[in-house]
This record gives sequence, structure tokens and C-alpha cells, in this order.
Amino acid sequence: MSAITRDEVAHLAKLSRLALTDDELDHYATQLDVIIGSVAKVAEVAAEDVPPSSHALPLTNVFRADEVRQSLTPQQALANAPAVEDDRFKVPRILGEEE
Amino acid sequence: MSLIHKTAAELGALVAAGEVSAEEIAAAHLDRIEATEPKVNAFLHVDREVTLEQARQVDARIRAGEKLGPLAGVPIAHKDIFATRDMPTTAASKILEGWRPPYDATVTARLRAAGLVILGKTNLDEFAMGSSTENSAYGVTRNPWDLSRIPGGSSGGSSAAVAAYQAPLSTGTDTGGSIRQPAAVTGIVGMKPTYGGSSRYGLIAFASSLDTPGPFARNVHDAALLHEAFSGYDPMDSTSIDAPVPSVVAATQQADVSGMRIGVVKEFGGEGYQPGVLARFNEAVKLLESLGAEIVEVSCPTFGTALPAYYLIAPSECSSNLARFDAMRYGLRVGDDGTRSAEEVMALTRAAGFGPEVKRRIMLGTYALSSGYYDAYYGQAQKVRTLIARDFENAYQRVDVLISPTTPTTAFAIGERADDPMAMYLADLCTIPSNLAGNAAISVPCGLADEDNLPVGLQIMAPVLGDDRCYRVGAALEKAFEARWGGPLLKEAPAL
Repeated sequence: MSAITRDEVAHLAKLSRLALTDDELDHYATQLDVIIGSVAKVAEVAAEDVPPSSHALPLTNVFRADEVRQSLTPQQALANAPAVEDDRFKVPRILGEEE
Repeated sequence: MSLIHKTAAELGALVAAGEVSAEEIAAAHLDRIEATEPKVNAFLHVDREVTLEQARQVDARIRAGEKLGPLAGVPIAHKDIFATRDMPTTAASKILEGWRPPYDATVTARLRAAGLVILGKTNLDEFAMGSSTENSAYGVTRNPWDLSRIPGGSSGGSSAAVAAYQAPLSTGTDTGGSIRQPAAVTGIVGMKPTYGGSSRYGLIAFASSLDTPGPFARNVHDAALLHEAFSGYDPMDSTSIDAPVPSVVAATQQADVSGMRIGVVKEFGGEGYQPGVLARFNEAVKLLESLGAEIVEVSCPTFGTALPAYYLIAPSECSSNLARFDAMRYGLRVGDDGTRSAEEVMALTRAAGFGPEVKRRIMLGTYALSSGYYDAYYGQAQKVRTLIARDFENAYQRVDVLISPTTPTTAFAIGERADDPMAMYLADLCTIPSNLAGNAAISVPCGLADEDNLPVGLQIMAPVLGDDRCYRVGAALEKAFEARWGGPLLKEAPAL
């Protein structure tokens, strides 16, 4: 039985905001099936009572002082933008026709 | 001896004594880069004038009496994943082609403050995802030992540049072995500091709980000098450790293992390991014993599941981190013809801008984090991560450091594993546990494999903030090996 189907890969691509071609979907479905089948080995480790580690260091809630600091100018922030209008990032429409 | 063959420490001393200028040293290395790049292709960006101007400024600062430290005037190759104000920063991705960061990474800023001269930005696997530098969107880098082979990855441009005498020093980042593995397969020294020991600020993120900047050099002492130059607490990085940097330079001067307990990891060896790699490793173990170390075999039973755990944790973090490449504020934008929605433009841009390995990992991470699979994959991998850290803790109650081969094989051929992701992932089998536990680890050369005459690396692992132990053992081994070899291993490399 395969670990992941082509339809599931198509759904993952949508969630990941990747507009993949049919050929790419076929290719990744085969590869992800092998990879997921292999990484699923973690399930064989008995770890019910083991706490998860999200991180190697015991650091929590690191705050800095709430002070005003120098930051980027609008020109610097916009310098790499794909499109700019009136000192703002210009983006494609974010709502559908009927919304 | 020509300037390009000198160590970083020697170059720094020449500059400090006023015998050679930073500009002359930079020019000699730029000439070497120009002459050897057609073969090696280590750099994504070199700008002779920008580099020479930096060097002239360092010379002026020295003339003005500024105290700059032992690496002032020494050139360095900088991995193209660190933000640099005066050079493009691409992470070897089409999605960031031509991006000019508005600020310097902390590592970059500290290199400049210490008077190091940046020669250019080096090639890497796209977003540091890979073990061969073949995943770069801008072409492969070649191993100076054999131009048909990979230089390791992801920091393959940085390892190749140092091995090809294009630079005495370079920077890398290590998420699963991306400094140690390239160092091993190019016959140089590469160190992954303790996680949080070097700043991630301005480092383009791949897997934030694992990414660690570190140094490459042709010898252990030079690596330590660079390690001290850019490491240490950074308030701009919330996971930075607020503690003094371990005394790694002093540790290289100690270079003595007598009385140390050195653990050999039982799980790293046997099937899947190249015989020539194991032969050199076993010789190194005997050498350490002859130098007065006590050798202990140590079992770390969960290390066998480190690789699958890593390939759930790292892609999960990557899928989240790379969501920032949305075609809105910077980087590539594709398909914005006035009819398409932001979401469509995003999906078209990301499909066009990311390479195959990055897409694979984003989807794998999205899968591991998705509801219904989270507990079985990401959650379980995090538990395995705890068990790996416990294996290390148990081991370090018995020994001062652990050692293993850095990689199971020597440099493989370009193209050999390009279509087989699982085969590629095996290159990091021995290096991943230290990333998951946040420990320090170094790779030092330990000879050439009999089958192919290519470099073999030995890995020395130490507990969190035990970086100095890595350097102490590494320096002792280097001293003993060089006495045996009649000089550094790199003198065996063919002329380019």
C-alpha cells in the first residue's frame, strides 16, 4: 500500500501554494511515497511517556526591552518590492469577484 | 610561500606587522578566484572593486590605530545565505535572484567589525537543503580534489573555496551536517558550534531550531580564530545563548588528549560505510589512544532513528519558514497580469521560483504538520529528539567527547544521487544527531580512502557549550596526523 496518493500530493501542493504541473505531481507522488515510507520508522520507537522537544535549549519567553529603535525607511523597505504604488507594496487582488 | 597558501593566522600576523596590506592579500585571492573559478565554480557573486574597497578600509583602520584582532585583513568567502548590505543574497534560489538585503546579518557585521575582508558569496544547495550543492539554481560547484565529484553540501561553495586556496576561511551553516560533511569530503576543517552559540539574525531561515552558523578553515587553529570572531550572544536572536563563548582558540593551543575519555559511537559503522572511511577512522582511534586518550565504546541506541526524525522536523520547520516567500514584498513575482488573484500569483511564483528539493521538503513538512498526521509524524519525531538528547547525556556521563566518521562515504560523483532523495539524505547519517541535540561538533581530516584517494573526515562531538573540547581533540589529532603525513592533508590535492 502506498503511504501517500497522488490526490493527497495535489492537496499538499495547494496547501503549500505551489502550482505544480501534472508531470510534477506524478513525480513528487512517487518520491514522497518513498520518503514518507522511510521516515515513518519514527513510529517504531516506543516513546509514549517521553516529552517532545521542539528545541535543543531550555529557553522560554525571551523578551527585549520595549524601546523605539531605528528601523528601515519606507524607501529601504520598498527597494526590493516587485511592485510599488504611493509608498506602498502593490499586490494582486486578494478578494474574489463576488466577495 | 605565496599569500594564498598561508594560514589565516599567518596572514593576520603579516598585516598586523605592517609587512603586507589587506589590499594586497585580497588582490592575491581575487586573482586565484579568477584563475580557478572556471573549474570550481564556488562563488555566486564576486565584485573585485567592492572587495578591494573593503580591504583599503581595513588598511586605513589599522593605520588609524584601531584594535581589530588577529584576523584583521584576512579574506573570507561568505555563504550566500547570510544577508550582506553590499552584495546580493540569494540562498542559491531563483526566488531571491538579485535580492539586495537592506541590512547585514550579525555574522556579516561581526566579520566586518573584526576587519575580515569578504571576497564574495559562495554557492550552496538552495536554501541550504541538500548535501551536494547540486540543488543550487545557479549551477554545481566542483570538488577541488576531483572535479567530477561533489564538494558536499549545503555549504559546498564555502568548502570548495577553502580547499581550492581561493580563501583561507569561509562561513557555513549547519542544519543537519551542512558544514561538517562538506569539510569532510574536501579535506578541510568545519565546525558546527553549539546551537545558539552563533547568531541566526540575518541568516535566511531553513529550520530555525537547528540552523547554526560556523567556520571552515584549512586547519583547526584558524577555524577557532574565526569561531571566536563571529560567535557569542546576540540580542537580535531570541535563541542566542547569553553566556561567554567557550575558549576555543586556547583549546587549540592545548592540543592534548592525555587523560581524556573518548567514546566511539557503536551505531556508526558497518553496513553502508565505505571500507576506506572505516579504515582511516579506526587508525585515528588508535592514534588518539597512543596520544594518551582512553577509548571507550559507547552505545547510543536511538541514533538510528535520528535521520527519519530529522526528515520530519527539518521539513516541517522549512514549510513554515518558506511561507514568507509570497511574491508580495520582495523577491520574484510571476503571473501578475491584472487578472489573477494574490493566491494564484503566489502559487505560480513559488512553483517557478523554488527548485525540486525545496518543493519536496515544503510538501513533506506540510504533510507532517497537517491535522490527522501531526501526532504520528511531527509529534513523534519531537519525542525521538528527546531520546537522542538523552542518549548524548548518558554518553557524556562516561566520556568527554564522542567520535565517529563524519560521513559514511567519500565525495560521490556529481549526478550520482541527484534523482534519489533517500540516498542523498544518507550523507548526513552521522552528523544529524548533534543538530537535534544542539551539541557542538567538528570535522577534521583523517586521511585519504584507499579506494579513491579522496579525503575522509573524523567527527568529534561534545556537549552543549563544550565547543572547546572539539577543538582540543581536533588540534591534537591534526598535530599527530601532520607529523605522520609531513604536512597538511591538502598538500595531496591535485593542483588546479
